[in-house]
Amino acid sequence: MNDTPDFSSGLSCPIPLDQYPHILLAHGGGGKLTQRLIAQMFLPQFSNPMLEPLHDGAIVTINGKRFAFSTDSFVVSPIFFPGGNIGELAVFGTVNDLAMCGAKPEFLSVGLIIEEGLPMDELWQITQSMRKAAERANVKLVTGDTKVVDRGKGDKLFINTSGVGTIPEEISISPRNARIGDSIIVSGPIGLHGIAIMSVREGLEFESPVLSDTAPLNHLVAKILAQTRGIHVLRDPTRGGIASALNEIAAASDVGIVLREDALPVTDEVQGACEILGLDPLYVANEGKFLSIVDPSDTTKVLEILRGNELGRGACVIGNVVEDHRRSVVMKTRIGGNRVVEMLSGEQLPRIC
Amino acid sequence: MKYLDEFRDEAAARALSQEIRNVTTRAWILMEICGGQTHTIVKSGIDELLPSSITLVHGPGCPVCVTPLEKIDRAIALASRPDVILTSFGDMLRVPGSSTDLLSVKAGGGDVRMVYSPLDAVKIARNNPSRQVVFFGVGFETTAPANAMAIWQAHQLKLDNFSLLCSHVLVPPAIDALLASRTNRVQGFLAAGHVCTVMGYEEYIPLAAKYRVPIVVTGFEPVDILQGILMTVKQLETGRFEVENQYSRSVRREGNIHARNLIDRIFEPGDQKWRGIGLIPKSGYAIRSEFSTFNAEKRFPIDVAEVQESPLCIAGEVLQGLKKPHECSAFGTQCTPESPIGAPMVSSEGACAAYFLYGRMNRAPT
Repeated sequence: MNDTPDFSSGLSCPIPLDQYPHILLAHGGGGKLTQRLIAQMFLPQFSNPMLEPLHDGAIVTINGKRFAFSTDSFVVSPIFFPGGNIGELAVFGTVNDLAMCGAKPEFLSVGLIIEEGLPMDELWQITQSMRKAAERANVKLVTGDTKVVDRGKGDKLFINTSGVGTIPEEISISPRNARIGDSIIVSGPIGLHGIAIMSVREGLEFESPVLSDTAPLNHLVAKILAQTRGIHVLRDPTRGGIASALNEIAAASDVGIVLREDALPVTDEVQGACEILGLDPLYVANEGKFLSIVDPSDTTKVLEILRGNELGRGACVIGNVVEDHRRSVVMKTRIGGNRVVEMLSGEQLPRIC
Repeated sequence: MKYLDEFRDEAAARALSQEIRNVTTRAWILMEICGGQTHTIVKSGIDELLPSSITLVHGPGCPVCVTPLEKIDRAIALASRPDVILTSFGDMLRVPGSSTDLLSVKAGGGDVRMVYSPLDAVKIARNNPSRQVVFFGVGFETTAPANAMAIWQAHQLKLDNFSLLCSHVLVPPAIDALLASRTNRVQGFLAAGHVCTVMGYEEYIPLAAKYRVPIVVTGFEPVDILQGILMTVKQLETGRFEVENQYSRSVRREGNIHARNLIDRIFEPGDQKWRGIGLIPKSGYAIRSEFSTFNAEKRFPIDVAEVQESPLCIAGEVLQGLKKPHECSAFGTQCTPESPIGAPMVSSEGACAAYFLYGRMNRAPT
């Protein structure tokens, strides 16, 4: 019996010490509980210099050459939504994560977990749109896997994609790179993806329907990186919205961030839906927008490139990086007050991507 | 939603803020009743636009916060039964009961569903005839018509698998209790616009007269609130104590007669316990006996033990406007939205959540 390993110290689960004996949906919401799960459960075990920056993807070096490597799982419900479906979302999601590392996405893997009973026709539509999405993003789906689970044990279809991209030598993008004085640019109106999904789930109807903004950002990012030198941080604000993304950047770079409420691009439809559903557009998911944290000398140039592209038409400066209130985000309100913009707490919209 | 822009306009807000400064000659303490108003105040930084002599204290108008612990424990017990689908609004699912919360029950296998309306719960009941569907309905007068309508619909449809776990509270008896208290320091009230949209404001006239306090029915946008404050301060400065209506674009003196009739058909006033405050006579709605078949407490008689609140939590004092959230020793340390000790840290109308989420900059824990 002396061979029995001692589980009493190193292998005890750190999470139940908290008050959550079970995983809640909020643990996957991209907010504080997700962060805590990563910090307490995953990081201590797997910690290494490539994982630690907790960026959208890891930056790895092989034979002196730098690659970005990223993975993402998609569980959105419903699988078809206004403006897209789970297939293209899965392709663009990983493409965008790689682009946010400053990489040129090259190869993707696809893992399908299908629930018994999924209509073949729906799977066909989804794979067709994955093919088109890969063509549009100029990436190749080079390996894949298919599993089927019993009816009732999945929800139609879950997709995992992983991807690899090459990073040009001179590029250095990291959430740790934000500097005092930098401008914060968002590439267009926020909250479209989240509201597109919620409008289907809640049966909201608009004069013109809100469509998901799902799109590949790699070509636009490549153009900006080729023509400017002042991009310090890139981030696509998916789950948890721009509020959570900016909080992570403020913490990673040890800086403060100031937002201006009157500068935030929010369409009337998204604003209206948020009023009805009790949501804050700052926390609603995007799938085709990105935040750039830019040296002030390059702000105009970056805006010009963004606005010249259909995916960046609505780009604008929404705030700045400051020295005050380090590691937190503060918003100047429309009426001239200030509010703290916290990281997403709890789960605002489960299964949004 | 464009019409809302005029109520979020910086120039209008600045002009009102200046006028409040001009008319204020001494210190006044005002209470906004509704937690929705508290959130607007902290979220848009209205307190920064006021002269330091005006103190806003936050009232009990957060239905989730004042729902008694026993009621939450009852909901948790129901949600744990395999034959029950428990439905409620999102906030209610995160409020801690004495040992757990509804979301954790869900994670442990309970069928707990978030809905946006009690009528959705009725729909779930129709679609699941072999299960018992309970809607955990909490709220002030504002949500009473929808809850009454849910019972009415279930009655019309002869559903035998829908019931309401009801914890309804009423504003006027709460104002009465606050003003009658020896510790009261509130000199004027911003009454909750949405409550008055349903109920009108006639009930407030005797209260204003009895306690000689101005009561201004106020909306929820920043400009509404500043205007409500201005109207209240003007009354205080000139020695008036009347009921005025700032929110006239939504509120009529008699309220919404159809909604009131529906409430009266289903509910009757009853004694109600308020979490953190205690029992206030005739301050809640009870389901009338002719509809008792839709009363979850009658349908599922469960014994729920009376339990003690955490001694750390000062929610009761916060809800009565005696203390501010950041004056609590647990604020932001032992008590956060992820691991709340008290309900006001959870609810989207809770004062502690408002301070934690939007207003921590100049309010370090004391």
